[in-house]
Parts: sequence; structure tokens; C-alpha cells
Amino acid sequence: MAEKTKISLTVNGNAVEAEIEPRTLLIHFLREHLNLTGAHIGCETSHCGACTVDLDGRSVKSCTVFAVQANGGELLTVEGMAAGGELHPLQQAFVDQHGLQCGYCTPGMLVRAYRLLQETPNPTDDEIRWGLSGNLCRCTGYQNIVKAVRQAADELGQKEAAE
Amino acid sequence: MIPGSFAYHRPASVDEAVALLGQFGEDGKVLAGGHSLIPMMKLRLATPEHLIDINGIGELKGIREEGGQLRIGAAATQADILASDLLANTCPLLPEAAALIADPQIRYCGTLGGNVANGDPGNDMPAVMMALAAIYALRGPGGAREVAARDFYHGTFDTALAENELLTEIRIPTPAPGHGASYQKMKRKVGDYATAAAAAVLSFDGDRCASAAVTLTNVGEAAIFVTEAGDALVGTAVDDTAVAEAAARAMALAAPVSDLRGPAEYRTQMAGEMARRAIRTAAARAKGG
Repeated sequence: MAEKTKISLTVNGNAVEAEIEPRTLLIHFLREHLNLTGAHIGCETSHCGACTVDLDGRSVKSCTVFAVQANGGELLTVEGMAAGGELHPLQQAFVDQHGLQCGYCTPGMLVRAYRLLQETPNPTDDEIRWGLSGNLCRCTGYQNIVKAVRQAADELGQKEAAE
Repeated sequence: MIPGSFAYHRPASVDEAVALLGQFGEDGKVLAGGHSLIPMMKLRLATPEHLIDINGIGELKGIREEGGQLRIGAAATQADILASDLLANTCPLLPEAAALIADPQIRYCGTLGGNVANGDPGNDMPAVMMALAAIYALRGPGGAREVAARDFYHGTFDTALAENELLTEIRIPTPAPGHGASYQKMKRKVGDYATAAAAAVLSFDGDRCASAAVTLTNVGEAAIFVTEAGDALVGTAVDDTAVAEAAARAMALAAPVSDLRGPAEYRTQMAGEMARRAIRTAAARAKGG
């Protein structure tokens, strides 16, 4: 048994401490140690994006990051997007626009789209497609996902203008 | 797909990282972006006993201009390259190539140093660095040394980097204003390695080509610097005849294998086509197009 390493990080706003083997992948740490099963294991080869989470302001594929690399970091998963019992505008937009069918890719799409809108608050459809190009969906053909991100961008923009 | 066990080290300085590399020798591996190494570890094709994570080393992150060179820290990510105003203004070839690598998530992690030092012929930046006459700054237990990108690649996963050395910085002579450059990559989908790709960097004196560098990605055991293609362009107006001759010379050096991206003959032809497009685009950009 390899020696364990202590890590501490913030996950969805909560302080977390754990002792893990260095070889523990971030996706396994989230799903098996923290019981956060929103991020999915898809291809396991960093192609599909189903395991996407947000680490220190970057979208990362958690199947290809070691949990020790998140030590001291700030992590957001799909479980952290809804606030006060209300869906995040992106989540509501995926519902409204039918941005999912089987739902397997959805947590990764949502978390990636969250970072995209942080960086590019008012993206063109091309920028949305480019920004989500690391996330595969085998059901929707992407049309409704693009519409959903567009709706959320419009709504978040209006909210900001009102504030 | 769970990697083998290893001990994790996160040095805070280059000195510390180099000391660890010296201590562990072939049992130690540098972890930069991790998107080549971690997949290899998950398949147990790589089983390092010690991982030396260089992402905590601030001095490896910067992008700056100094002494007529663009100096990019080895741990700067592809996303850092895309976000750099300095590179957009002085060397747009770099962000153009970075945008064609992998996908957004991977570009947040993947580093320039890892891309050029790994020795994978599928990586895009080696050909770009050869075209730009970049120099790699290496540090080992014996001190620092520089190796030109054009001398760095010996074969697939075989480079001038010693086991106990760390690539610290990529130094690119700042391209003269008015140069033109282009990277053209044919790939099947986002995130794929090139079926074939080519870089061209040209400068003009009036309407005559004064200097030209043409390189190829993923059509040989390593990136290919096609000296003869540059020679075919210098002194010409980069007209159709010169472009065709340069592309023919590039195809003559291309030696791809047949694989899922296509038969060798096809990939050779595509290397020629990418070279033609890269040269034409670079020429148009040099002329202000």
C-alpha cells in the first residue's frame, strides 16, 4: 500500500480534507470519497468531457488529473451550481431547450458552459460550439445544447444589466 | 484504468525539481499538464515511482520578451499562449497553432514545454518551434545548456533531453515585423492528432522572399524541418511554381506510416497540401493580406 498524502481543498464552497493515495484520480476522489457522483466517467481517456469539473477557474477533465493536484484548490462540480434550491440559469435553460436526452454528458456540459460564460459572457453560436468542443454528446446533435447556452447567456446578461 | 503507485513531489523551484530529477534518475518523471503522461500511466505503459509536479514553480509560467527573444516558461499552458497579447502581437503563429491542439479543457492543462519535450511526433509545437528557430533552455545537475529545436528531435520519444534534465524555457527570436507565418493542420475531429500538418515562416525583401522555413508534423518519426523547401522559396516571388516545388520537396521528406488517419500515400499528399496552404497563407500575411 502506497503512502497516503493529505490534501485539503474547497469543493462547492465546503472545506474538505482527506488522506488519499497520490495515484487517486480526481474523478474517483469525487465519486468514491466524497460521494459526488454528478461528474461522470465516460471514456476515461480525456476525449468525452463527461467528467469535466471546474478547478481554480479552469475547466478540467477530472479523469486525467490526480486529486493531489487539486490540493489547496477551489473545485466546482455540477452539484454546486444550483443555489438556494433554485437551478442555475444554465440548468434551467437545458430543461427549457431540451438540451439533453440521456443526460450522461450533461453535468460536464453544464460545468464547461459555466466557465465559458464566465470568460465569454455573450458568446456567438460559433464561440459556444468552439467552447464546448471538448464535450461529446451522442444524443442531441448539439443544436439544443447551443440554444440552451444561448438562453442562459441572455438571461445572465439581463440579470447583470438589472443589478 | 488506475495508474500504478507512485510518490508525489511538488517542488517550489527549478533547483529543487532538478535535484529531485538527479536523485531519482529513470525512476522519476516530470508531471506538467499530464495529458500525455497520465493516460500512459492509466494504461500502465508508464509506471514511474516518483512524479515531480512542476506546476507549483512560478518561474516556469511566464511569457515575456527579453533581449530580442520571446521567452516562454516551460509550464505555460496552451490557454496561456492563447491569452497572451504579447504573442498575439509579435508571433501570432503560436496562438494559431495552440488553438488547433486538443480541446478547451486540455488547453487549460497542456503545457508548451510538455508538447515540445515529450518527443511525440503527433504533437504540433515541435514543427512550429523548428520553423521559428526556437531554442530550448535545459537545466540538469551539471548546469544549464541550450539546444536548438532543429537539433532536439532524434526520433519518436527520442530527444536531446537527458533523463535528469528539465526543460525550463522556450526562447524564440522575436520575428521581425512584416514576417508572415501559418500553421495548417488537417485532422479528423477536434482533439485529434494531425493527419498531416505544416508550418511556414516567411519574410520578404520587396516582392522577393528573403527567408523561408517550412516544417511538417506527424508524417515521420519526429517533426521534419524541410531545409530544401525553404531554399526553393528564397529569392522567388513565392509564385505557383515556387510553391509547387517547395511542396514537392516537403513530400519527398515525408515518411508517414499507414494508420487510422489514412494510408501513407494519402498522408504524404496531405503533407504537400498543408505545406502549400501554409506557404501561401504565410506569404499573403507577410504582404499584409
